[in-house]
Amino acid sequence: MNYKRPKADVVIVGLGWSGSTMAEELTRAGLKVVAIERGAWRDTSTSFPTTRDPDELSGSVRKDILQAPVTETYTVRNKVGQTALPMRKYHNLTLGNNVGGAGTHWAGASWRWLPFDHQPYSHVMQRYGAGQLVDGLILQDWGVTYNDLEPFYDRFEKIAGTSGTAGVINGQRQPGGNPFEGSRTSPYPTPALERSRANVLFAEAATRLGYHPFPVPSAMIGAPYKNALGLNLAPCTYCGYCQLYGCGNWSKSSPNICILPVLMQRPNFTVVTECEVIRINTTPDRKTATGVTFVDSDGNIGEQPADIVITATFTLDNTRLLLLSGISTPYDVASGQGVVGRAFTFQTLSWGFMFFENEYLNPFMNTGALATQIDDFNGDNFDHTGLGFIGGAGIQSLSNQGLPIGMAGLLPQGSPQWGKGWKQAFRKGYQNYAQIQGQGTSFAHREQFLDLDPTYKDRFGQPLLRITFDYNENDRRSGRFIRDKCVEIAREMGATQVGGDSFADRPYSGYTPWDSSHVQGGVVMGEDPRTSVQNRFQQNWDVHNLFVIGASSFPNNAGYNPTVVVGATTLWTAKAIRDLYLKNPGPLVRL
Amino acid sequence: MARNLLRTALRTCMRGGLLLSAVTFLAHGAKAQDGGTDAQVERGRYVAIAGDCLACHTAPGGKPFAGGLDLKTPFGIITASNITSDRETGIGSWTQQQFERAVRHGRSPDRYLYPAMPYTAYVKITDADIADLWAYIRTIPAVSNRVVTNRLRFPYNIRTLLIGWNMLFFDRSAFTPDTSRSAQVNRGAYLVEGLEHCGTCHTTKNAFGGDTRATYQGTSLQGWYAPDLSNNTHTGLGGWSADDIVTYLRAGTNRHTASSGPMTETIENSTQHLTEADLQAIAAYFKSLPQRTVTVPAPLRASNRQMMAGAREFAVQCSACHVSNGAGIANMIPTLQSNPAVNAPNPDSLINIVLRGTDGPVTTANPTGAAMPSFGWKLHDDQIANILTYIRNSMGNAAPAVLTSDVGRARKAIDAQQVVWH
Repeated sequence: MNYKRPKADVVIVGLGWSGSTMAEELTRAGLKVVAIERGAWRDTSTSFPTTRDPDELSGSVRKDILQAPVTETYTVRNKVGQTALPMRKYHNLTLGNNVGGAGTHWAGASWRWLPFDHQPYSHVMQRYGAGQLVDGLILQDWGVTYNDLEPFYDRFEKIAGTSGTAGVINGQRQPGGNPFEGSRTSPYPTPALERSRANVLFAEAATRLGYHPFPVPSAMIGAPYKNALGLNLAPCTYCGYCQLYGCGNWSKSSPNICILPVLMQRPNFTVVTECEVIRINTTPDRKTATGVTFVDSDGNIGEQPADIVITATFTLDNTRLLLLSGISTPYDVASGQGVVGRAFTFQTLSWGFMFFENEYLNPFMNTGALATQIDDFNGDNFDHTGLGFIGGAGIQSLSNQGLPIGMAGLLPQGSPQWGKGWKQAFRKGYQNYAQIQGQGTSFAHREQFLDLDPTYKDRFGQPLLRITFDYNENDRRSGRFIRDKCVEIAREMGATQVGGDSFADRPYSGYTPWDSSHVQGGVVMGEDPRTSVQNRFQQNWDVHNLFVIGASSFPNNAGYNPTVVVGATTLWTAKAIRDLYLKNPGPLVRL
Repeated sequence: MARNLLRTALRTCMRGGLLLSAVTFLAHGAKAQDGGTDAQVERGRYVAIAGDCLACHTAPGGKPFAGGLDLKTPFGIITASNITSDRETGIGSWTQQQFERAVRHGRSPDRYLYPAMPYTAYVKITDADIADLWAYIRTIPAVSNRVVTNRLRFPYNIRTLLIGWNMLFFDRSAFTPDTSRSAQVNRGAYLVEGLEHCGTCHTTKNAFGGDTRATYQGTSLQGWYAPDLSNNTHTGLGGWSADDIVTYLRAGTNRHTASSGPMTETIENSTQHLTEADLQAIAAYFKSLPQRTVTVPAPLRASNRQMMAGAREFAVQCSACHVSNGAGIANMIPTLQSNPAVNAPNPDSLINIVLRGTDGPVTTANPTGAAMPSFGWKLHDDQIANILTYIRNSMGNAAPAVLTSDVGRARKAIDAQQVVWH
């Protein structure tokens, strides 16, 4: 049965961080908002009760909280000419499958990106010139700067209750914080987490090497906090079940904790759950969006008309929705023309792995983002002259795992593989294993892109999204450089066994353990309609009442996690809709 | 009988969806039809909120004021009536005089009302408030919904028995301001004794359900213990400032605690909507009550078997949220330190909350709604008894031990889940 819902002022597709942040802003402005979410309702107290011990097997191993690839997946290939195959297991994509989206199960690293990360093109051209770029690299500014975004970073942190130690406030360096960060107008809402033993060893070693360690800003709340929406958050207990788990302790910022309780009180807000949007509808001239079409959990087709369409789905699905809806020009790799699916990025990870001899690292006391980092080799915080690459990585001692199944395989080289010897080695290894992650930048390349797969279709008969991605030469060079820094610090920490790895040295695979889950781009914002899908307000260049929000708007990835930037750019766009678009619906940027 | 009927005045159904519909309705539904001016209707709307009429006179998921909430008693079911202006099934044919007689004296045009309708408190309502309330009630859109209010067994279904009950226990005196006290305290007394009918739950009843002289000293009803509100620090409100009381009634939470059980609904539906001045008046009234001396028992020794077992269970089950030293989180998770509710002579509420959990209050001032999860499925009767005994005799508290059999009885009485393993 097909049906049509009553028209709304705004329809929002997807109710994760970006969708719920946008819904809060627009309902507060008095608009009637309908959000359509593919997953089911989740509530902090009843869905993740603290009486239930989290289960590593169902959570970390089977990843029950994610949308299963058997329901819907992506196809992957490394380069043009290969046949892409569907991912059968989500290893480094972590799609939410509930109200709250990936914001419910995320690890919680809560970064503002560097000013450089929002204007990489201008910065590189000014400092190094075009010769610094490897062949095929795509580098472009966002059209919005760090200074533009600062008030929105600030607001989002005050919604999330982010914990951390400020490095620069109003241009003044602050002790203990990140000296390289963009200037902030206020400190973090809650204090930084306690350091793990591994974090302490890292901070001491980094300081001896002349670097500048600081606590990684985190969604794990550092103290009781009443957020900007009047919701109360409780301090983190370091239970260690963050990534791939919902937090029932009101201690990890999530849409479920930080926004939805307020949103659900508003009579002008409606959420429609367990309905998957399959198309954005437009007028025949494709100049105006008229709403969306969805499939509900009974298999019926519904239509939600609206004056404004906002898609806030997972990065890859934002791109796919535009391609399925025939909105804007798809990217064509042969000619380099077109924009949808272009400027797709991943993340360049490097690692230092280490074992100590007689440490008690107590890794069971951890959080998803319990880390101490140096940014001395991130962004353009160091001189790249002669290095042959741009970018770098945040290098961090990451104490995010202490669960027994996950730790069972982490033994020093030469350890027995079974029996009593293995048990002894595991007991010792558990207390003596530590890791340093180099979470690296990723810049777009003309041969990295997203398009519709010619072969594989989803359960509704629509083509899957195809990922064509491999690391480029810039990634390989920066990855090795960062790996060597990780190893240098691991040795300085006093570890007896040290190993290093740069993932970019091997072809990209979706199945690499320890890999990043961050993908960006495909529907990027920018200053030029020939190289971006949306203007600086995340407004579609062609369809003025369509806004696609989330990391799909970012033309490059930084040496950080993307969530807080998603929040800030969403708030930036919400303000533009509220203050500019509603008064005068039409293109907010005229060329 | 009457005692049990009075107990049924408690709103035993948690109806999460009600708040939104109530607020929406109250905000937009009122339009003067006949008689009352807009201002009078608006005043009457406020009186209805303060009297919390909606709580009983609306069925879960039903139309506001159309009746149908079942008050379950051991003698049968009393269902709250339809008070919309429908002439057939509501009170659309009533006069203001008939309305006044029902609200203040428990007499509808054709029958005696059971004291589940708190006319024993509403008798204090002033003529002006009754007039305003009637003006507002008249604006409620008619909803045709025939409610069979009396499904009690014989002989309890004989309403004329109430003539005798009223003679014995119904104090018909109107509210008289005490000129020796401030206007604020008098306003508070009027709200507490009349419209908000706090004593319906918080005052100990005699064997027939009439109020005793232990006004606001706390009593057990339907699996809960409505706490002592008298002026003493051990079990009452003596340790709360006026601001603590105001914040609690406004937000459902304050620096000490968070509401639970039926009180959460009272806060969500009624007290959170009161004016700041009225909440301050209520607080001033409670703070003006005479000091009451309660006997504080000596706490059990830490070496007591239950205490030692309870301390271990507390660390495992409770400390993550309530914090290792029991301090809790302000405006969210109750402190267990020197907590008067923990010291209650009767542990019914504590057992209820541990067995079944309780929804967190969701108010405009604090929409967080952090809930206490249920432990009924997880903890055996003796484990719960040990934990509660430990909490009641440590962290500055002192109260009688909770017995395993207390928890077992409560588990049956409130239909809590059984433990899923053995």
